[in-house]
Amino acid sequence: MTDNILEIRDLAVQFKTDFGVTRALNGISFELPRGKVTAVVGESGSGKSVTANAIMRLINPPGKIASGNLIFSPDGGTPFDIIALKETDPRLVQIRGDLISMVFQEPMTALSPVYSVGNQVAEAILCHRHITKQQAWREAAEMLVRVGIDDISRRIHQYPFEFSGGMRQRVVIAMALVCNPELLICDEPTTALDVTIQAEILTLILNLQQELNNSVLFITHDLGVVAQTADQVIVMYQGRVLEIGSVRQILKAPLHPYTRGLLAAIPALAKKGQRLETIASVVGDEDIETPYPLTRLKDGRQISLSPQALERIINE
Amino acid sequence: MRAYIARRIFGMLPTLALISIIIFVVIQLPPGDIVTSTLDRLQAEGVEVSNDQIQNLRAQYNLDQPMVFQYLHWIGGFVVGDMGYSYLYSRPVNELVWERLGYTLLITVSALIFTWAIAIPAGIYSAVRQYSIGDYLLTTVMLFGLATPSFLLALIVMYIGYEWFGITIGGLFSPEYRDVPWSLDRVSDFLGHLWIPMVVVGLSGTASTMRILRANLLDELNKPYVVTARAKGVRPIKLLIKYPLRIAINPFISTIGLLLPVLISGEAIVSIVLGLPTTGPALIQALINQDMYLAGSFLMLLAILTVIGMLLSDLLLAWSDPRIRYE
Repeated sequence: MTDNILEIRDLAVQFKTDFGVTRALNGISFELPRGKVTAVVGESGSGKSVTANAIMRLINPPGKIASGNLIFSPDGGTPFDIIALKETDPRLVQIRGDLISMVFQEPMTALSPVYSVGNQVAEAILCHRHITKQQAWREAAEMLVRVGIDDISRRIHQYPFEFSGGMRQRVVIAMALVCNPELLICDEPTTALDVTIQAEILTLILNLQQELNNSVLFITHDLGVVAQTADQVIVMYQGRVLEIGSVRQILKAPLHPYTRGLLAAIPALAKKGQRLETIASVVGDEDIETPYPLTRLKDGRQISLSPQALERIINE
Repeated sequence: MRAYIARRIFGMLPTLALISIIIFVVIQLPPGDIVTSTLDRLQAEGVEVSNDQIQNLRAQYNLDQPMVFQYLHWIGGFVVGDMGYSYLYSRPVNELVWERLGYTLLITVSALIFTWAIAIPAGIYSAVRQYSIGDYLLTTVMLFGLATPSFLLALIVMYIGYEWFGITIGGLFSPEYRDVPWSLDRVSDFLGHLWIPMVVVGLSGTASTMRILRANLLDELNKPYVVTARAKGVRPIKLLIKYPLRIAINPFISTIGLLLPVLISGEAIVSIVLGLPTTGPALIQALINQDMYLAGSFLMLLAILTVIGMLLSDLLLAWSDPRIRYE
């Protein structure tokens, strides 16, 4: 058994549009270590969400996975390639919700308005296990209590629009965790929430991750969230991976000029009144715009830079 | 909920009272009345009518009384369930209306089922396979259907039936069964005739229903809740029906109530072409001949069915959509 729950190899995703083919992912590669939290950061359009959707095979036409492998190694099972699965393969159903599950960005729209939350959480169980409806509802209720929904005997029969945004996101998290997946993907789970609620939801996800000991892929553009949650950080830009390293390496000592720009763009109280840094300087910057392959440095981090720039860094 | 329904029904009363006055006035507005139109007919046939006879006729129909009295006479009877007497058919209006309403109900409901049986699968298909050959094909066929007036379709069906199969298609019964009591044979004869108006009336609504469902479903198909459900492992067919379709179908549930007024007014032209004993042609005849009691009663029923239909629509929508139920 490998230490990685998921290995992404040369994953490329394209979207066919009227104006030609958009390459959303240009052959990205990285690993997700088992039982750890990996954060993917990058600006809008860098391919973070597409990566998440590709892992669960949720890319719809006009988009398609053009090439690559997604080697998933279930705990104690034989590894298999998610991309090679046929639409009818029972393992694909397992991938969706049982082995891997996802918490989405928009809690306001991620639940159907016409079914009670109990119905929607219990359904996640019933899709994967042959148990009675009553049993599924019982387990759904237990999970909902665990994510912090009070007054469960009443709340479980209520509809999503009777919940606040934060509460809905708790329901979505319950729905994602109720089958105890080995890999949990969180696609910007706090972005649509109030700042005060963001911290609560974040703590909730991290606590549950510790309890259930599942691996987490955490997609965000909030570097504050990264600092709190991640073990490993992946920096993406324009459908490519620019830098991979431990949270300490990336946040304390970023090497790639883009990562530095990203960190410098964080507003801080110390810089109050000054102009915010922009990362506009990277556009046209050859180091960032040219797709160089990832090179592994001595300290374990990987970086995509031109040979000259690499040499400069190694010599420093 | 009960209080809400009671409030709604109570609120209908002033609306209906107002409508009844308007109906009465509007029917009386054109010059002449049932007596003059009867006289015209008689004179055209060369029958001489004396002034005394005219006065008698007027008195018989209460036409010599003041308008207010005539109105109260009509509406007073209507309220207690006596819709008056049809001069045109020389029969009580009650008899005429209920008989025709029954047939109209049958045709309307079977046509609706026919429409949905075709339009809903077609709509789902062309939404799920948007821009496929099948989508374009269905759309083209449906647009032909939309562009063909129902009465023309009725004529074409009648022509084909007569020319190719040698059967006359008009009416709801074969001549030999028209005026005999109900029997098993009469029922099967009736069903044999029912499908023509069902198809002709049903097809007219198919295209729009299909296009609306297609548009609704396309709106829903890519909603985040569909992706969420897919991500938790719901199988494709169940996913489609339980999530996007369930919401895309809502507007249609609410239109069921609006079908009630169609029972009176709908498809008059088709009914005339096909010679169907439904309410539409009778209403037109009554209006042309200024048959006050028949026309007024039809229009009043139309108004009542419309407001009840509205209420029914709201209740159905509340039943099907919790978002509305809880507001």
